[in-house]
Amino acid sequence: MNPAIARHLDFLLVGIGLLAIWQGLFLWIGETGISSPLQTIRHLGALAERQMFWTHAWATLDAFLRSLLIAAVGGIVIGLWLGIGKVAGQVAEPILVALYSLPKVTLYPVILLIFGLGLSAKVAFGAIHGIIPVILFTMSAVRTIRPVLIKTAKVMRLSPAKTAWRVLMPAALPEIVTGLRIGFSLTLLGVLIGEMFASQAGLGFMVINAIGLNDTETMMAVTVLMIVLAGIANVLLLALDHRLHRRAG
Amino acid sequence: MSAHAALAGVSRVYPGGDGRAPLHALGPIDLALRPGEFFAVVGPSGCGKSTLLEVLAGLAPASEGTVTFEGSPVAGAVPEGVGVVFQEDASFPWANVYDNVAFGLQGSGLDRSEIDARVRSALAFMGLRDFASAYPAQLSGGMRQRVCIARTLVLKPRLILLDEPFGALDAQTRLLMGDEVLRLWRETGATVLLITHALDEAAMLADRVGVMSARPGRFIDVVETGWPRERDSRLAERPDFGALVARLWSSLRVESIKALGHT
Ligand SMILES: Nc1ncnc2c1ncn2[C@@H]1O[C@H](COP(=O)(O)OP(=O)(O)OP(=O)(O)O)[C@@H](O)[C@H]1O
Ligand SMILES: [Mg+2]
Repeated sequence: MNPAIARHLDFLLVGIGLLAIWQGLFLWIGETGISSPLQTIRHLGALAERQMFWTHAWATLDAFLRSLLIAAVGGIVIGLWLGIGKVAGQVAEPILVALYSLPKVTLYPVILLIFGLGLSAKVAFGAIHGIIPVILFTMSAVRTIRPVLIKTAKVMRLSPAKTAWRVLMPAALPEIVTGLRIGFSLTLLGVLIGEMFASQAGLGFMVINAIGLNDTETMMAVTVLMIVLAGIANVLLLALDHRLHRRAG
Repeated sequence: MSAHAALAGVSRVYPGGDGRAPLHALGPIDLALRPGEFFAVVGPSGCGKSTLLEVLAGLAPASEGTVTFEGSPVAGAVPEGVGVVFQEDASFPWANVYDNVAFGLQGSGLDRSEIDARVRSALAFMGLRDFASAYPAQLSGGMRQRVCIARTLVLKPRLILLDEPFGALDAQTRLLMGDEVLRLWRETGATVLLITHALDEAAMLADRVGVMSARPGRFIDVVETGWPRERDSRLAERPDFGALVARLWSSLRVESIKALGHT
């Protein structure tokens, strides 16, 4: 069988398997705990007809895109800088690794204090989750660039800025994309958590609100929607990631 | 005639640190490259040949002595007009062959058609015409080195430094690539410094061959080959070619044994 078709078939089988488990859980736990796949999809359709849902979805998308922009641009710039500067990198790396493995929950009070409730706190939540893997991957990619490529830039008489843009960036790109892929998921997670704790708008708020109202269907519908969207985005980024890594040989 | 590029009393000591002792890699060494000459450097492994190249190119500082190119001191930066092909593969894996070769021209203010013309002609010259859209990962080691040579050629350097560019090739292909380098040297009129560990390659290609001692490398012998400018790998059939290689080897033998640590 064609490997591409085989891969798609694998996806399909995993999807069907998950649906079966979900249906099984529903039959076992019953209506009060979770809603069935069919109910969930129907409810999602009903939600989509309400203006309120789109307002929340838009709020999440807005905050997510802003966080992602900060995480990506900030992460790459800081990563390049730490990767080039040996001393700064050596000081920063253990701190970053500690931050990466630290449950970010512990930072929430601080962020709330600084940013207050609302959009900026959400964005800050998203960005601090997402930026660290981007920094770490960019930094280690820059450090492991073969010195002969940098020497080539010197022979071509490139300025430091041009060297960063034309040699360091593309050389590090496959690793940067890996960092962005991980950062993407974590940014989304951060924004949703931010909405749950520190906001009156967005899909995260909708979920926490639905839990409060015992509205299982809404809670499930929004959660499943987020999982599916994040899953699709991850698959696409993973494909890009593999492609870049293959080309780099 | 004044030298095109010169080293005067140059030595290089790699600074230690992190528990490593400083390492005296090169010199003190003198070298004056005549304009347009083909100079080959042979020497035992680790004797400082690549170090010599980096200092001459302005990529690494001399610990002592002075480096000049076209009458101006070289320090801290690679002067305009110097091209370098490194011992290791330096092709950019993210760019195809065409973009690799065009790299130094992009953003140089040249217009597109001029860039395209130079790239096409360098690709043709190095036998890469059919590989313009291939990526380095799809090429053999020897072809990647040719990409790097083409990338240097398009910049029209007046001094070309080649560090064992064909180290990865088998002996026969190496001799044929030698013909290409000779052609390149004749057609560009550039001064060429070629580092190699193959004595026959040095003897065939160069006007002069410098034989280096074991580390810290110095010249223990500089041999004029006396070949005509129009020459190619058929030189290898001549009886005086054999004598030349024998002379190089007799200079080098003792040093190579030293470099192996057998003294
Ligand atoms: N960046 C560096 N730091 C410290 N020592 C170095 C460095 N680069 C080279 N050396 C040392 O300097 C010496 C000369 O190295 P160099 O690369 O110039 O030798 P070479 O003659 O080019 O060798 P080969 O024929 O194997 O290419 C070697 O002992 C090497 O270990
Ligand atoms: Mg070397």
